[in-house]
Amino acid sequence: MQLVLTEDQEFLARTAEDFVAEKSPISRVRELRDSEDATGFSRELWKEMADLGWAGILFSEELGGADLGMAELVTVLEALGRNLAPEPFLSTVLLAGQALRLGGSESQQKDWLPGLVAGEKILALAYQERNSRYDLGAVETKAEPDGDGFLLYGEKIQVLDAHAADAIIVSARGSGGVSLFLVPKGAPGIEIVRQSRVDGRNAAIVRLDRVSAAKSDLVGGIGAGRDLLERVVDLATVGLCAEMLGAMSESLDQTLAHLKTRVQFDVPIGSFQALKHRAADIFIEVELCRSVVMAAARAVDEGSEEAGKLISLAKARCSEAFVLVTNEAVQMFGGVGMTDEYDIGFYMKRARAAEMTFGDAAWHRDRWARLSGY
Amino acid sequence: MSDLEKFRSDTRSWLEANAPRSLFGARGGAQEGVWGGRKAVYQDPDRKRWLDVMAEKGWTSPTWLTEYGGGGLSPQEAKILAQEMRDLKLPAPLVGFGLTMIGPTLLQFGSEEQKKEHLPRICRGEIRWCQGYSEPDAGSDLAALQCKAEDDGDHFLITGTKVWTSYADLSDWIFSLVRTDPNVKKQAGITFILIDMDSPGVTVRPIRLISGASPFGETYFEKVRVPKANVLGGINGGWTVAKALLGHERNMIADTFGGGDRGRRKTLTEHARHYIPSVDGKLSDPVTRDEIARIELDARAFALTVQRTRDGAKAGHKPGPESSLFKVYGTELNMRRHELTVRIAGPQALGWEGEGFEEDELALTRDWLRSRGNAIEGGTSEIQRNIIAKRVLGLPD
Repeated sequence: MQLVLTEDQEFLARTAEDFVAEKSPISRVRELRDSEDATGFSRELWKEMADLGWAGILFSEELGGADLGMAELVTVLEALGRNLAPEPFLSTVLLAGQALRLGGSESQQKDWLPGLVAGEKILALAYQERNSRYDLGAVETKAEPDGDGFLLYGEKIQVLDAHAADAIIVSARGSGGVSLFLVPKGAPGIEIVRQSRVDGRNAAIVRLDRVSAAKSDLVGGIGAGRDLLERVVDLATVGLCAEMLGAMSESLDQTLAHLKTRVQFDVPIGSFQALKHRAADIFIEVELCRSVVMAAARAVDEGSEEAGKLISLAKARCSEAFVLVTNEAVQMFGGVGMTDEYDIGFYMKRARAAEMTFGDAAWHRDRWARLSGY
Repeated sequence: MSDLEKFRSDTRSWLEANAPRSLFGARGGAQEGVWGGRKAVYQDPDRKRWLDVMAEKGWTSPTWLTEYGGGGLSPQEAKILAQEMRDLKLPAPLVGFGLTMIGPTLLQFGSEEQKKEHLPRICRGEIRWCQGYSEPDAGSDLAALQCKAEDDGDHFLITGTKVWTSYADLSDWIFSLVRTDPNVKKQAGITFILIDMDSPGVTVRPIRLISGASPFGETYFEKVRVPKANVLGGINGGWTVAKALLGHERNMIADTFGGGDRGRRKTLTEHARHYIPSVDGKLSDPVTRDEIARIELDARAFALTVQRTRDGAKAGHKPGPESSLFKVYGTELNMRRHELTVRIAGPQALGWEGEGFEEDELALTRDWLRSRGNAIEGGTSEIQRNIIAKRVLGLPD
């Protein structure tokens, strides 16, 4: 494992940085929120990102993808994370997309993946319920047998981009255990209610009342849902950590700029030693996170036995670091850090939301310990 | 076969033919490294033979020029030699501040005469060096040092006290910072000078630490006569030399703490199982279990960051900003690890010596006590953070 970017990865990172700086400034996030935009992201911009090949990074060339790995994808996600770009990478590419790639039938993959890669189809993965917390197996949504197929009943919460999705993959429990079902938008019995999250991430409640699903709508085998979800969420976790890394880096940069320009008592406040030391500490945290995100991505690409541990390492550290950096940032910005007018608040809210997604730090330390045998 | 491949196979053959039998597999073992010097006592004659044989070949310092006692190897050849020695599990023939600190400094700032006088004796393990920087009133503020150098024609007469001299009692020569001009800005009146500790007027007193005996000493100079020819970097030019050397020292300390278990006797988990019951393999104290995981995660993140810098260097990149965190983070992590180790052992961590405590327990107590110095020595954590803030983050003075 080499923890350096290859020339190609450097190029990809720079392209992504330039694109985001030009086309997705942080002000977009504010505008989408304030205008109560129905989609919450830009389908045009998503198409542009797909045209650059970003949506297809993990998919095979047959499907129109680039057949590259997480090491490439994280460079793009980090750049997007810097400006909290709202386009549906997490929901479509990493959650639903990977579920189809790893567990979908040939016809499901043919029906959905080329469109996904081209930026034309949006997909969502509904795995979370009110009582599930971080347990992917805590599924109360039911899949009752109905002839050859199933009827789905239940409620999923905080389903990323469900309101904009062309299809939603849902986890439901039947007699064989937890399975995943692909449900197209507008299926009878499905109700989608947009939610308002503190970090502005696009999410919705998905209610299922007698939603019909055929055997061919299963993603993966019957009862294989929990294992598939774990593999998928592991990949999505690496992607989320990359976004977090970008966002915490931007938060650090904004804080440093503030320390250098804000003058009080006739001096820039960055000359005060207490703030210097706190700045040094959050800088250290960001650098450590960079290393663990790189390592987790490469471990996934190499099929390393340690991938699970390294993913938990990344999520645990990024969760705490991102929260620390942004809490410190708001504090160092002083009064204005608490205003809605300043952007730093967006980052602080995103830090908390990211912490509570795919398992928080304590959850991942527990998983690390379990995978390590204690 | 390429030149390098030939070098590798020649090196392997040479090592197999010339290393004492008993030393194959001895790498990383309990025995300390060989420091050399006039006062050296070689418990194991094979270690002395290994030193002599490698010194003769120039391989105690493989990349130094042969006229200085080194092996004249290219960086790739030196890497191959290191790999072969690792493969055969052969220990380094010589360690010490001569190789890691004063040697590189002589190469950078010394005159031909000085290099020819000192470097070969370092390479042969004949002379052992120590460092005389800190003084009782000059620690973090090293530039405030007061050890006086009186001009005496072609000599200086040196009077003063140096503190925290590692291995002062076992060393032959000391490289020291002295004040040659008290009337200018403090950094501008400092001279870097090499002193033979056998000179009349040099005395050494050991410093006892809260953890027991230590390798540290206080070194007293009472009108010690030192030739001006022993100055490095010019009279009053010592601060530049000192800073360069401090950089080497920081890297050396960081390397010590860089990366994981380092052949530790027990992992935290193994240690914990000695004191805390497990159910089905899971530690039954969730708080300790979480704290162990936390330290392991931090250690791994740190090791990966060290690796990231090394991988970057191999790829030809300049050291990135992350390398500045090594000393401060590595030492504080090590201290946290010791704190947890002690807490896990509970009342059994309270032994100083004697009955009622296992050897391991007495050792962990001493190690914890000693670890409290890690964030102080080699530049305090507070100074490190100041340096990061200034040099890496660009925060104003």
